[in-house]
Amino acid sequence: MNVMDTRATSAMLYLDGVHVSFDGFHAINNLSLALEPGEMRAIIGPNGAGKTTMMDIITGKTKPDEGTVLFDGVTDLTRLDETRIAELGIGRKFQKPTVFESQTVQDNLLLALNVDHSVKGTLFWRGSRAESERIDKVLETIRLTDARNRLAGSLSHGQKQWLEIGMLLAQDPKLLLVDEPVAGMTDVETHLTAELLKEINKTHTVMVVEHDMTFVRELGVKVTCLHEGTVLAEGTIDQVSSNERVIEVYLGR
Amino acid sequence: MTPHMLTRSLDRGATIFLAIVAACGILIPLSNLLLPAGSFLQVPTYLVALWGKYVCYAILALSIDLIWGYCGILSLGHGAFFALGGYAMGMYLMRQIGTRGVYGNPILPDFMVFLNYSKLPWYWHGFDMFWFAALMVLFVPGLLAFCFGWLAFRSRVTGVYLSIITQAMTYALLLAFFRNDFGFGGNNGLTDFKDILGFNVQAEGTRAALFALSCLALILSFLICRSVVSSKLGKVLIAIRDAESRSRFLGYRVESYKLFVFTLSACMAGVAGALYVPQVGIINPSEFAPGNSIEAVIWVAVGGRGTLVGAALGAVVVNYAKTFFTSGMLAPYWLFMLGALFILVTLLLPKGIVGTFNAWWDQAKEKRAAATSASAAAEDGVTEPKMAE
Repeated sequence: MNVMDTRATSAMLYLDGVHVSFDGFHAINNLSLALEPGEMRAIIGPNGAGKTTMMDIITGKTKPDEGTVLFDGVTDLTRLDETRIAELGIGRKFQKPTVFESQTVQDNLLLALNVDHSVKGTLFWRGSRAESERIDKVLETIRLTDARNRLAGSLSHGQKQWLEIGMLLAQDPKLLLVDEPVAGMTDVETHLTAELLKEINKTHTVMVVEHDMTFVRELGVKVTCLHEGTVLAEGTIDQVSSNERVIEVYLGR
Repeated sequence: MTPHMLTRSLDRGATIFLAIVAACGILIPLSNLLLPAGSFLQVPTYLVALWGKYVCYAILALSIDLIWGYCGILSLGHGAFFALGGYAMGMYLMRQIGTRGVYGNPILPDFMVFLNYSKLPWYWHGFDMFWFAALMVLFVPGLLAFCFGWLAFRSRVTGVYLSIITQAMTYALLLAFFRNDFGFGGNNGLTDFKDILGFNVQAEGTRAALFALSCLALILSFLICRSVVSSKLGKVLIAIRDAESRSRFLGYRVESYKLFVFTLSACMAGVAGALYVPQVGIINPSEFAPGNSIEAVIWVAVGGRGTLVGAALGAVVVNYAKTFFTSGMLAPYWLFMLGALFILVTLLLPKGIVGTFNAWWDQAKEKRAAATSASAAAEDGVTEPKMAE
């Protein structure tokens, strides 16, 4: 039997008819979305459109009331918890940079590496050359080689954002969910981050949530606009930003 | 534990700490036994027993620091594991009394004869053998911690809620052990011990040996804790302490880590209790009192959480102060002093004694490094103008 026979879809991530409500508030309303392998997708939309809730559903933090969430065409994510989903290969960068502040930059990356995460494995862990080479490479990519022995808590806001992206790289997931990577960054940092994400996209499927339209334009990828928990428009940045409804609810006239 | 894990775990502070404990463990018993009584350097027997108690408390403090300082689990019921280990040892000591009890029953301890037990309850079987009792010292607290932790951590009970249910756990055990029909001697507990492994528990030699053993147990516990916290698992624990959900999204099974470290910690607390009982000569339900567990947390806070050495130091310092103040005219005010100490440490020394010292030491080292580079720069500065002349 061919693997393709068991796959319900060719998409890396497939959401269909997803509903979530919190105390009667419909955060996600009949949301359907598909990400092809190797694709980078930008998600935009006003506050409360359900962008972060959608990421919570994909990563197992929130369970949907109904609907299908398939990863890699075969795995039903609604049945799994955060740890299992992370092990499957979905990495997430949070809106507010969340790094392990009391540990060094290097240790943050070490913790993120996708190696044995069991109690026994970490208790008897011995560093290997391959691991330290991978960490060196990530440090170079995120330009934090000089800061490797500094505590993550002492980094600047932009550096923390980068460290978190670096942790995603060390995790080497199949799918990266990146929530507002350039919030609070300078223009130069924003530009560098776009370059970095494009570089990452060469080998990974990426979903980016961002408000910064200049940044989204710079990514130059397919854009999905969410509103009230459902897809309002989808297409190139020009198509979406000229959509009447998108202008009305999000971009403003 | 591999040699590699041991060498990695020893920094300078740890080595100094181990050297001091080892020296105490050897010199105090020797001075007690070999020097003539009353001479200046002789440590009297009552002090050996008292310090032996402190050493057991230090092991308990280490076990709390391991979960609280490194994994953020604030257990306010760790005294329960300490007491369970103590009861397991107490049961062995009771069975050793044999016919020397008041009622002279070769099988049943005195309190059972008094309460008209016809035969030994099933859970008292095996405790006449030391190896079995020693196993139970680890197994009973470990099993309770495992079951309790499995339910609590899997349901993601954290923070203050976890602290409250640990407190409830030790209180429930306190009430249970108070009951005469529970089979552990009710409110009198277990006492009037005679022998341990054939040696008289009251004898000076036995007391000195128990003290030395307690020091050895402290050293071993410390080495185990250091190996755990300096391994990659230790980094994961700190990650869980600082950002639990982030660790989950990285693929760490947080509940397994918490369960491992909580169970390990409970076993250590059990060993502390088992060494404590023959040295103080009694174990009763008051050891389960919630206040005891809270006091143990204060020792750790005073010494410095997340430092290990600080936890042990805090246990000794606070208990020394307790002995000192509760024996004088200030005795009625001890609890107020303890409360004030906790408030003052929280406000003025949030990192505890050792944590504050470490921070100061690091800062001084940085300053020295900065000063050397500055003076080097200054020398360059001096030479340059000369060159200009």
